[in-house]
Amino acid sequence: MIEAVGLTKRYGDKTAVYNLSFQVRPGAVTGFLGPNGSGKSTTMRMILGLDNPSAGQVTIGGYPYRKLPNAPRQVGALLDAKAVHGGRSARSHLLSLAQLSGIPARRVDEVLGVVGLHEVAGRRSKGFSLGMGQRLGIAAALLGDPQVLLFDEPVNGLDPEGILWVRNLMKALAAEGRTVFVSSHLMSEMALTADHLIVIGRGQLLADMSVTDFISANSADFARVRTPDTEPQQREKLSAAITEAGGHVLPEQDGGLRVTGLPLPRISDIAHDADVRLWELSPHQASLEEAYMRMTQGAVDYRSTTDQKAGLQQPLPPGAQPPMPVPGQGQPGWYAPPPPQQGGQPFPAPQAVPVQAPAGPYGGAVPAPGAPAPNPYAQPAPQAPQAPPAPAPAAPPVPPTAPAADLTKPEDAR
Amino acid sequence: MSTPPPPMPQTAAPDWQAAPGSPYPTYTSPIPVVRTHLGHALASEWTKIKSVRSTLWTLGVFALLVLGIGTLTGLIVSSSESDVGGESPLALGFFGLLLGTMCIITLGVLTTASEYGTGMIRTTMVACPSRGRVLLAKALVFFVLAFVVTLVCASLVGFLHVAMLEGNNAGDPSGEEWLKGTLGVSLYLALLGTLSLAIGSIIRHSAGAITIMIGAVLAPLVIALFMFSSSLQDVQQALFEYSIPNQMSIFYANSLSESGPSGWDPLWIMLVATAAALAGAFVLQERRDV
Repeated sequence: MIEAVGLTKRYGDKTAVYNLSFQVRPGAVTGFLGPNGSGKSTTMRMILGLDNPSAGQVTIGGYPYRKLPNAPRQVGALLDAKAVHGGRSARSHLLSLAQLSGIPARRVDEVLGVVGLHEVAGRRSKGFSLGMGQRLGIAAALLGDPQVLLFDEPVNGLDPEGILWVRNLMKALAAEGRTVFVSSHLMSEMALTADHLIVIGRGQLLADMSVTDFISANSADFARVRTPDTEPQQREKLSAAITEAGGHVLPEQDGGLRVTGLPLPRISDIAHDADVRLWELSPHQASLEEAYMRMTQGAVDYRSTTDQKAGLQQPLPPGAQPPMPVPGQGQPGWYAPPPPQQGGQPFPAPQAVPVQAPAGPYGGAVPAPGAPAPNPYAQPAPQAPQAPPAPAPAAPPVPPTAPAADLTKPEDAR
Repeated sequence: MSTPPPPMPQTAAPDWQAAPGSPYPTYTSPIPVVRTHLGHALASEWTKIKSVRSTLWTLGVFALLVLGIGTLTGLIVSSSESDVGGESPLALGFFGLLLGTMCIITLGVLTTASEYGTGMIRTTMVACPSRGRVLLAKALVFFVLAFVVTLVCASLVGFLHVAMLEGNNAGDPSGEEWLKGTLGVSLYLALLGTLSLAIGSIIRHSAGAITIMIGAVLAPLVIALFMFSSSLQDVQQALFEYSIPNQMSIFYANSLSESGPSGWDPLWIMLVATAAALAGAFVLQERRDV
């Protein structure tokens, strides 16, 4: 059980974590998500007593880490695969930790077997690949057979077999009644591993809910409805009926309709009442990745911009079209709208989403896209190197297919 | 011994889909829980210090310097057939040990600073949240190691010189001279290394801490060499007398001057300096983020 209350960490005038409160409960894998620089690692370090919080506190089993009795037997952590002395062999590294924690030395060989490093146990860890380093770090975390486990990016650098192993390991550890807290960038991995999610952005809590809740709250689950192509007036009729019933309708280019805000049976009922035949009525659920992108798009600190190569390119011959940019390049909020067809209508803003995230300080007002939002952590926005300094950092060229009006810009509550 | 049940906060969790079974399942490890103490940290630090190559290299070079230079100076003096006039032959061991200080300083700094450089310190601090215990264990393990190695090398060189210089009218060293030339200087060097260890823990950067320590050893002497102005004579004198090489030479009774520290004084000076640096390192380590 990890409990953070009002956790805040400032480094000089930069606030890395602000007023973070959450609980990580035993018996489940809790995923810890957030963009780069959002304060995940800082939070992990504060949980482990390595950094002192500027305000608030975090406890494990009711104690701050540094006051925890038998800490290494209650908490195991993989913080950083490189947090070992490279000149020491894997076995010596683990042995020194075991001795420090009062763990029998034979446990070292046990965990080396568990992580599959027994054959290279005598080799200096300097020569280890990233994946082997991760395994060594996981071995160190498992050494004390602890009740609480923290893993910071455990699958970084692992091969597919290793990723599967870590996934099963996390689940097995949680099934034994342990508290497992895992940070990761790999959304697909989290979707498979985690039961519960804690999402932070710019050091603040964005969401604390189960994975399924998170996906449905933050992604555009929608129903695709298709009326007979031959009778366009039926389409109009259905659109009107659905809007009247409180749903949102977006026409798709090929004649289909995207409906949000209404469950599928209700749509069917409405169609039936309106005497409209349906050719298609299908549910579309977004992935965790899409939900995550949608939620954190306003909280991303490091965003790439379009490589403009200004002044370096040959002028286009008259009449030639500039190449179509690949979606996702230099567009704020590029998270892919659910993709049925090219050039379709932009998907609606999150206000069309049925359930809004409860704990989103970024979920408020929607200022004009491109307007630099007031940011208390104002710092020079990291810019990809460009030949001329871009005049307005938040106004990269918006290609025609960009979702024009759906940018939930960060609007800090304070 | 059995695991004390981890205290659980009483706050009821709102609408949490509880894991199967009790709302807060707990896991109890079958491995017996031992209350850790300084002894565990000492064992751990001993494993650490002996399992890196830099220990072997620095101490190997140290032994090579002390024994090699000792043998060479002994050979030169004994082959010159000069008359040393009843002086203690132990004094010839000074040169090797003076160069050897560089190795002891390096090892002392690396014992702490390399953990910061590699990030190992975070792993260590997670395994042992009592930070002071870790630093104390490091200091003790290093001190004993450096002391034993220096004592062995200094004693060997002492015996060698006594045997080599028999034909040069060298005096027979008294018990006090033996004590100072082996035990005294070994304690002094081990303390100097522990001071470096404390500086390494404060600076947290290997190269920076080594530079500081080498500067502390050499700079006073070098600066004093160029103080020609008579108004600076007192400063020059103090720098000479309290410079670390001169303090070391006092153990061999061949100080640069007659005034200043004498006898076992250098040991007490170094003891105070080391204690102060270690105290600073303790305080900083408790407060700082790792």
